[in-house]
Amino acid sequence: MDIFSGLMQGFQVALSANNLLMCVIGVVLGTVIGVLPGLGPPATIAMLLPLTFKLEPTGAMIMLAGIYYGAKYGGSTTSILLNVPGESSSVVTCIDGYQMARKGRAGPALGMAAISSFIAGTFGVVALMLVAPPLAKISLAFSAPEYFALMVFGLTMVVLLAGESLIKAFLSMLVGLWIAGMGTDLFTATSRFTFGRVELLGGIDFIIVAIGVFAVGEVLANMEPAEPAEMLPVPKGLRNLMPTWDDMKRCRFAFVNGSVVGFLIGILPGAGSTIASFMSYGIEKAVSKHPEEFGQGAIEGVAAPEGANNAETGGALVPLLTLGIPGSGTTAILLAALILWGFKPGPLFIQDQPALFWGLVASMYIGNVLLLILNLPLVAVFAQLLKMPGYAMYPLILGVSIVGVYTADSSMFQLGLLAAFGLFGYAMRKLDFPTAPLVLGLVLGDLMEKALRQSLMMSQGDPSILLRPIPSVLLGLAVLLLVGPLFKKFNAFRVKVIDTEA
Amino acid sequence: MKPFAKSADFWSGIALAALGAYIVSEAWRWGYLTEEGPGPGFFPLWYGSIMVVLSLALVASAVMKRPTGKPAEAVRWDDLGRALTCWGAFVVSIALMRVVGFAVSFALLTWFIVAVMARRPQRVALPLAIGGALLFYALFELALDLTLPHGMLF
Repeated sequence: MDIFSGLMQGFQVALSANNLLMCVIGVVLGTVIGVLPGLGPPATIAMLLPLTFKLEPTGAMIMLAGIYYGAKYGGSTTSILLNVPGESSSVVTCIDGYQMARKGRAGPALGMAAISSFIAGTFGVVALMLVAPPLAKISLAFSAPEYFALMVFGLTMVVLLAGESLIKAFLSMLVGLWIAGMGTDLFTATSRFTFGRVELLGGIDFIIVAIGVFAVGEVLANMEPAEPAEMLPVPKGLRNLMPTWDDMKRCRFAFVNGSVVGFLIGILPGAGSTIASFMSYGIEKAVSKHPEEFGQGAIEGVAAPEGANNAETGGALVPLLTLGIPGSGTTAILLAALILWGFKPGPLFIQDQPALFWGLVASMYIGNVLLLILNLPLVAVFAQLLKMPGYAMYPLILGVSIVGVYTADSSMFQLGLLAAFGLFGYAMRKLDFPTAPLVLGLVLGDLMEKALRQSLMMSQGDPSILLRPIPSVLLGLAVLLLVGPLFKKFNAFRVKVIDTEA
Repeated sequence: MKPFAKSADFWSGIALAALGAYIVSEAWRWGYLTEEGPGPGFFPLWYGSIMVVLSLALVASAVMKRPTGKPAEAVRWDDLGRALTCWGAFVVSIALMRVVGFAVSFALLTWFIVAVMARRPQRVALPLAIGGALLFYALFELALDLTLPHGMLF
């Protein structure tokens, strides 16, 4: 199937009444959680995932993806009006966005964030559509050793960029592998780490850990009192939200920069949208004719990072859908969702599930248009959500978490595990252990062990099978990345990137 | 008390080293290699061993950390207490679901967070608690046809 006919089929799927409704629900929910600080896309997607089991998978995937990219649009509103990122990837937008708002230019800042997000988000979808099918064909040559090496490389990237302490990030990932290994070993039927509990024979459901660590852990962390931030007013009327022609001209390069950098960084596992927006901001400042304006309210300082964090979505979906390798906590949850629905993301995914793949791509075009509409004329409505007190929101999050976990298995034991992982997630935050490597280790743990054991079975126990060209390059790169922080300059750069993210 | 004994990294490193040792000891019993290839203990033995080494490295880095001269950041017990109180309420509400079901238990949890933890007046806490429970029941049980936890009483 060529790209054009695939896309036409995709629009047929995405424009059906049910899927269109799912897309609207997804982008609205995404915008809402993007606007609300303290509740991110991983927590929301994890909480809602069990509730989608009764839905048709294509519609459910369209909705979850809508939450993923919708949150990135919404996050900028909070950054600009409150100087607090609604979502981690919007942190860079605070720098110039808030300064613009303080100078009475909140409208053009919000407008530019929406326009740039739309342009770059659409670019990301076009690039996803063009890059994913040929990459899937190339990856058909991959077998167990290549997959094992790819997963090692992906996890290494995530560990490298997850936190200032490489050791803690690594340990977090190892705990994820341990939790993934609980239950019955599929090769030999041996029970592993079940502590004699029948309930653990099937392993610990990924959803319980994700909801516990991200949603319940986040609520507990937010119970600590924080200084209330002052919200700047949203200008009334669409005209006051539109950037001037001069603003648009100044942001020409920022649109291109944000789109390309965001997409390319998105493809890399571990880097994520925060780093993409940080890099595009840095490039924008470096090539600007007036770099002294950056940090004082330069509109390019809003356009470039907002574009990058939205183009990153398309990039992040490339390895997820063509290789089955997620690069972040959120895409790991999307991978788990696809697996739970019975799909196998990987080289054959596009070929075997054309309606789902192309339907998702087409829905993202539609979703980006919907988000532009939501984030221009309706931004004042969403901004009102910032007035919602935490004490009204936290019980709702805890309630949806309980419903989500209980719906998946109707077991009170699982609710006990949810509480335990909630406390664990809170402890991780307090002790500065990053959560993304835990979730990735958990999602990839089983697949990684399976790939390694299959590789060694293929070679009758000879580890040199991992020295075939592709695995050796990927494993070599992983070793280099792990050795890199031993060198001061490399580590200083790594820490600088992480500090900006933090 | 030695300065490192107050370090969170020191104690989390010890805990993770113990977990790593447990993983290695369990994996050892399951067999490293079988006739067909790697056994069920193969993969856990590797990551368990790496966990022990890295945890000990974390402990060592906490022990060898030179005093910076700045006072160490004190544990904010009030903040910790609030988070743990909320967690305790969450655990109690889950336990109560076996008896009173989801709706009543969730209403009590909401009331506790709003009235006790956030210190809002009853005219705010009660409508939120009752309204929230009714909303969940209407949305999930009636509209989405999902089963919420039922207790002995409700």
